[in-house]
Amino acid sequence: METSSKPVQIASLPLDELETPPLSLGQLTWRRFRRHKMAMFGAVTLLLLFAYSFGGALVLPESYANYADTSMRLTGPSAAHPFGTDTIGRDTLARTIYGGQISIIIGLLAVLIENLIGITVGALAGYYGGLVDSILMRITEAMLNIPEIFLLIVMAKFFGGKIPEILMFGRSFSGSVVVIVVIIGLTSWMYLARIVRAEFLSFKENEFVLAARATGTSNFEIIFRHILPNSIAPIIVSATLGVANAILAEAYISFLGLGVQPPTATWGNMLDGANNYLESAPWLWFFPGLLILLTVLSINFLGDGLRDALDPHSRAM
Amino acid sequence: MGRYILKRLLQGIPLLLFISIILFLLMMNMGDPVATMGGRRVTRSADYERLRRQLGLDKPIYTQYLYWLAGNDWTKTDLDGDGIAETPGTRRGILRGDFGTSLLARKPVLEVIGERLPNTLMLMVASEIIIIFGALLVGIYSALRQYSFMDNLVTAILFIAYSMPIFFIALISMYIFAVLFKRWGLPYLPTVGMFDPQVGRTTTQVLWHLILPVLSISLISFAAYSRYIRSTMLEVMSQDYIRTARSKGLPRREVVFIHALKNASLPIVTVVGLDLPLLLGGAVVTERIFAWPGMGRLFLDHVDRVDLPVVMGILMLIAVAVVVFQILTDIVYAWLDPRIRYEK
Repeated sequence: METSSKPVQIASLPLDELETPPLSLGQLTWRRFRRHKMAMFGAVTLLLLFAYSFGGALVLPESYANYADTSMRLTGPSAAHPFGTDTIGRDTLARTIYGGQISIIIGLLAVLIENLIGITVGALAGYYGGLVDSILMRITEAMLNIPEIFLLIVMAKFFGGKIPEILMFGRSFSGSVVVIVVIIGLTSWMYLARIVRAEFLSFKENEFVLAARATGTSNFEIIFRHILPNSIAPIIVSATLGVANAILAEAYISFLGLGVQPPTATWGNMLDGANNYLESAPWLWFFPGLLILLTVLSINFLGDGLRDALDPHSRAM
Repeated sequence: MGRYILKRLLQGIPLLLFISIILFLLMMNMGDPVATMGGRRVTRSADYERLRRQLGLDKPIYTQYLYWLAGNDWTKTDLDGDGIAETPGTRRGILRGDFGTSLLARKPVLEVIGERLPNTLMLMVASEIIIIFGALLVGIYSALRQYSFMDNLVTAILFIAYSMPIFFIALISMYIFAVLFKRWGLPYLPTVGMFDPQVGRTTTQVLWHLILPVLSISLISFAAYSRYIRSTMLEVMSQDYIRTARSKGLPRREVVFIHALKNASLPIVTVVGLDLPLLLGGAVVTERIFAWPGMGRLFLDHVDRVDLPVVMGILMLIAVAVVVFQILTDIVYAWLDPRIRYEK
């Protein structure tokens, strides 16, 4: 073990574990996390990517990202356009900045929905058992049996093209952003539901639940105030990795042309049709693809580190 | 064991019925199949009504589902729109092997899918072979040299490969092996289709065209399995019976490949069997990029043009395949690992 973070206080004491001031759970987690080199790399890269997408917006206005200079179609990287221009002459650099915002927001919101559904389903199934469990788990199983991308395609068609433009923060977004967030949330909660259910199955037999019940605590409170906080570690890990999967799902579905509709850029829809310019304009697909890769890689590292830090017993594969 | 298999098969039936209901409901809002049938010509409203009646789209959704499931040859439908059902139905329903007729191809759905299925299977089988053997090779290698420079390097590369979206792998590999290799005057790989139409569909041509799509599909799973095999190998290598085998003086190769690998490969069986949905999903994107005439591309094309019988047919075939593979996985696992017994 490392020495404590406050060596001055304990310098006079014998180096005995019992004598050091106990560390809080948060401190212990941070310690273990800090030692995970790849996780730290992931966290830093992720911060940089955030700064790129949200800070970059301060340098380049959104109107610039959507401004099409048709005389500058498909020009390669240059001083004026470091990442080149796209098929109708928009600046790829500016579009990766604004696309990044949408991709990251989609990732975060989709995970929010995923967690709402997954935790509710898992908690109800695990806590109540019996018929509720059977029904919910059959639904989960049925959803797991169809590959996610097929479900996404079908659902994108199902909900697609009905939501008007959204105005928010003085900017307009394609309504398809909402559709994508919802369908990614709807198609990704199944693994989380299984994890939460397993946690609830093991925790509900504990004495503290019995005690809570004996004092007349309502089921709602037992579920959300007594059991759920105990299963927070696997949920955090799953949510972290979920953001990476949601960003990937958005990229896949937008790549197939069924995702977020232009002019709103995302890293995914910037790649739509890029394989037609494989040879003539590699910058079209290289930069958005690289940003997706970097984001997913950093989140995977981060999730790995969080798993080790929060839950030292479970090992990543 | 026989009873267990039977039980699992019986459990699969309500599951598949349930999946079919969810999918059928999702199909209802995909768009108007009739609107795209006439091609460029505008369909006259009388024809439109007639087509809807012919396809049974005027019926309520539960009747449509029933016809899809069990056919309508036991009842009569109203084709001329006078409110009297007079024409006996011809559909036999998916339960009796009739997946319906493709609205686009005007051929039985099974025939349409059957034309594409072998191409996707070819892609799947080739990828699975590459994944398993590649992962075994890399996984064992890094497990035996844990924390060496090569192990760390391999780990880093695998992590990157694991995080790559399939289309990015495809685009980069196309760029390197087709565009750059061509530019450098090296032998370059083809990027589109199954064979060069000028040469024809020969085995060499298909194999040549298979390389890049297979690489794209298999890289992610290959990375995941390599890590998995590495960790199971490490776990097994620290067991007592490995120490015993070593102290007996058995050659290292025999210890690794016979004693250790046999036990380490057990968990891999489950992963391989349960990852079928992932692989099938990857095929959709890959087939789109490489213009591979498989089921994934068929699915995308027919989703675009609201050919519901084909879309439903593909989805149900996939669901059946996934359920069957899950059962097979459990059976193979029990057969390989005598410690596992399925009771009841």
